[in-house]
Amino acid sequence: MIEGITIYEILTLTTILFFIGVYGFLTRRNLISILISVEMILNASVVNFVIINKYLYPDELQGVLFSIFIIAVAAAETALAVAIIINLYRQISSVEVKDTEVMKY
Amino acid sequence: MIVFAIAAVSSRRMLRSVVYLLFVLVGIAGIFFLIDYNFLAAIQLTVYAGGIIVLIIFSVLLVHHIELKLEMAKPLRQIITAIACLIGMGTFLTTIYSHQFNVIENNVTTTTAQIGSKLLSYSEGGFILPFEVISVVLLAVMIGAIIIAKGKKLTNKSNN
Repeated sequence: MIEGITIYEILTLTTILFFIGVYGFLTRRNLISILISVEMILNASVVNFVIINKYLYPDELQGVLFSIFIIAVAAAETALAVAIIINLYRQISSVEVKDTEVMKY
Repeated sequence: MIVFAIAAVSSRRMLRSVVYLLFVLVGIAGIFFLIDYNFLAAIQLTVYAGGIIVLIIFSVLLVHHIELKLEMAKPLRQIITAIACLIGMGTFLTTIYSHQFNVIENNVTTTTAQIGSKLLSYSEGGFILPFEVISVVLLAVMIGAIIIAKGKKLTNKSNN
């Protein structure tokens, strides 16, 4: 654990980060910006897992392992989303959410 | 870090907001270093700050003109969303602060070897099954991303 920093302060930080991500997710009008916001939300949850593991159950490793899986899934999701965005841009020349009407054949 | 996070979701230029996101991710890696999980910090730096940021920058450069300014939501909608987020944040924070965590004072250092043996152990509490599943998921995603990004040309060929 970090000397002089309580668990409350770090949980406050991750809560603020999470809701900034939610705010960006709801207000942005662009697929890539939405992707950025999702990354931020996932990262806040990863930090929560790790902090709770370290402060409350220092002898266990579950939080760390789960955060590794979360990071892997987030990377996969980003790669897939970028592929979809590029393909969509080829077809409709736009990445705005309101123009996205052709997600099926 | 919070300043950079706010900048990342409110900056109107795409590339700048990606760079702000990079700063946020590096800050989180700094937190991991501080609580002595060096392996996680290394993962965070390589996968997020290395891989994901480069991917997003690539897609931004492929898709946008650099000078293009983004279209933002209406101010009313922004304010409503901000209020909703603040309400949610207040709920979360009151819940967190009203709960009594029994923090264990410790200085345990977790080595990478411990993480690896836990990840690959067959015994109770081992994580071998999720590990294999995640590797299959990564493979499937790679193939799927290639096929999706190839797009039209491939489907035309298979249709003909």
